[in-house]
Amino acid sequence: MDLILVNLIDGLVTGLLLFMLSAGLTLIFSMMGVLNFAHASFYMLGAYFAFQISLYLGFWMGLLIAPLVVGVLGAGVERYGLRRVHQYGHVPELIFTFGLALLIEEVVQFIWGKNQMPYATPEILQFTAFSIAGNSIPAYKIFMIFISIAIFIGLLYVLTRTRVGMIIQAALTYPKTVEALGHNVPLIFMGVFGVGTALAGVAGVIAGPVLGTFPGMAFVLGSIVFVTIVIGGLGSLWGALVASLLIGWITTFSKAYNLRMEDLLTSLGFTKPEPIWDSAWRDLWSITSPQIADILPYILMVLILIFRPYGLFGKRDA
Amino acid sequence: MRTTTMLGLTTALTLAASAFAAGADTVKIAFIDPLSGPFAGTGTNGLHQYEFAAEELVNKQGGVLDGDMFEIVAFDNKISPKESLIQLQVAIDQGIRYIAQGNSSGVANALTEAINKHNRRNPDDRVLFLNYSAVDPALTNDKCNFWHFRFDANADIKMDALTDSIVTNDEIEKVYIIGQDYSFGKAVAAAAVRYLGEKAPEIEIVGNELHPIGKVKDFTPYSRKIVASEADAVITGNWGADMVGLGKSVLENGFTGPIYTYYAAADGITAAFGDAGVGSLRLVAEGQLNPPPNDRASEYIQAFKAKYPDGNLSQARITNVIEMLAKAINEAGTADDVVPVAYALAGMEHESLWGGNLMMREEDHQLIQNVHIMEHTSDVVHDHDNSGFGVKVVKTVEMAAADSPTSCKMRRP
Repeated sequence: MDLILVNLIDGLVTGLLLFMLSAGLTLIFSMMGVLNFAHASFYMLGAYFAFQISLYLGFWMGLLIAPLVVGVLGAGVERYGLRRVHQYGHVPELIFTFGLALLIEEVVQFIWGKNQMPYATPEILQFTAFSIAGNSIPAYKIFMIFISIAIFIGLLYVLTRTRVGMIIQAALTYPKTVEALGHNVPLIFMGVFGVGTALAGVAGVIAGPVLGTFPGMAFVLGSIVFVTIVIGGLGSLWGALVASLLIGWITTFSKAYNLRMEDLLTSLGFTKPEPIWDSAWRDLWSITSPQIADILPYILMVLILIFRPYGLFGKRDA
Repeated sequence: MRTTTMLGLTTALTLAASAFAAGADTVKIAFIDPLSGPFAGTGTNGLHQYEFAAEELVNKQGGVLDGDMFEIVAFDNKISPKESLIQLQVAIDQGIRYIAQGNSSGVANALTEAINKHNRRNPDDRVLFLNYSAVDPALTNDKCNFWHFRFDANADIKMDALTDSIVTNDEIEKVYIIGQDYSFGKAVAAAAVRYLGEKAPEIEIVGNELHPIGKVKDFTPYSRKIVASEADAVITGNWGADMVGLGKSVLENGFTGPIYTYYAAADGITAAFGDAGVGSLRLVAEGQLNPPPNDRASEYIQAFKAKYPDGNLSQARITNVIEMLAKAINEAGTADDVVPVAYALAGMEHESLWGGNLMMREEDHQLIQNVHIMEHTSDVVHDHDNSGFGVKVVKTVEMAAADSPTSCKMRRP
């Protein structure tokens, strides 16, 4: 019972982190129709920038400055890269972001090398916030939860309660009409792209110390972000949140409990072939839930695409 | 007139040819390891150590035979067995006779089979496999062959030394084993279960689990299970980013006991752990850096650091590979025919740069050497990652497992 509570908290942290990445991506995707393959690379840049800044100015300045730098960089990519490629259609845009992801990884390796960076959590957060039955919850995790929730509320407020948010929402679905009304849609695109990448940057800043700051960090998270926005539904902030939490909890729980395929199959009425090591079904019978934890979100995505192609909260077809 | 021209031409050609032969001959060693992807750090660092060892220990000493120089040729295998086989073919096509590889036993298993097959089919074009750190015991047991030489102590030998240390610690009653889901991780787990069962059946194994290699984003759920199991110690063979991820997560989530490891040092790992690893990380490895075994080793380390300020001498055995290969080539009198070189290597005894003797066991081509238990500490002369932290030898097993059994049935040409 205690472990369930602990896993709920761990899954929440994983999920909220994923949310910060997918929130930006889903906005960019639905507005511009661009699958930004480099999104996770901006997350990596956030971590590296923050690490570099923290060497001189400390963690907190890194948390403040790094996302800004990443956001400006993202806006620059939109203004001077994507916008030029845009006229040739979606496929060149896609290839552009794909190439950008590879380029960023190479640049990071060139500047910082291929080893893991000693990017650590700030000292004032290096204590155990509380323990549940011997499982300590580090204060840093609580901090991560608060930052993510604050960002979610902030985004929700801007998108639904402010004038800027109205225009963005309108531009999501009717860009031509919004442009005809005299709004500068390209500027909105640039702004959304900048904010989206800055969000990925924040995720990188706070994830770097716990998940490791190394050149493969973008690759490791890259595909799961797309899964999240497909499950959540394009352009929906709520969808991104729900899908992120769902994925966070699914993977955490399936790793935390050693559910065996054997038990599942037996309870469904199948009999275990004996001897098992001679059977053609050997691998299926011996699978445990931690082994398949990381592909469960992909299975969920396929099911969603089959039964609800526009995602849990999406309004448009994918 | 015609004959004189021909004669002159032939003489000129012969002269040119002999000048070429006497001059810049090189012995090329193909280095097939990950230079990109999640394990690029480990691979690149290994490459630098090879290049440095070849330069310092062979080329600066006048080379081998009549002044032939060692040259390391790098091939990126992206840690994939399939990619490695392609790179192996490229290396062989370039006329390279010596293949060095170490990261991932999965790759080593693929390479040793491919090389064995290649040598059988192409007797004029054979190559040797210098395995410097793939420690799956099968490579020198069931899967052994005449062309494969292992310079690292295998997973069984290391686990033997590690469990010796564990059983002397009275506080350890429960042990959790966790590793990467592939041949090496499985070999470590199997060895841990076997040796603990033999040496201390009263120690309870409260967990034995494998996780996907290089894919786990967050190790928290695993550390929760470890803490919940009330284990007193953790055993893991994890390396690279998987080691840092697992270790940091286990420490952050409230585990206080020792973590017994195979590869928890250097390549960014030592810096990433820093103060957190003191008192918990224990490492089993060969090659002693701290306390420095002798002046020659100290000078070598300093020279390496001067050339690669951000690098680490994380795999001390690489110097053994280079020195022993050079010695074998000199003994055989040729670098082109690998059969006499292999015969010279088998059974060779050598004094390591890192102190202690080495013996390449003839029956299975497993190098027998001193194996150490080391501790992550700041009390070191030569640190890792310029972090002020490093590993220090706390216990040594002399010529570990020299008489261990092997199931190798080697066919010799």
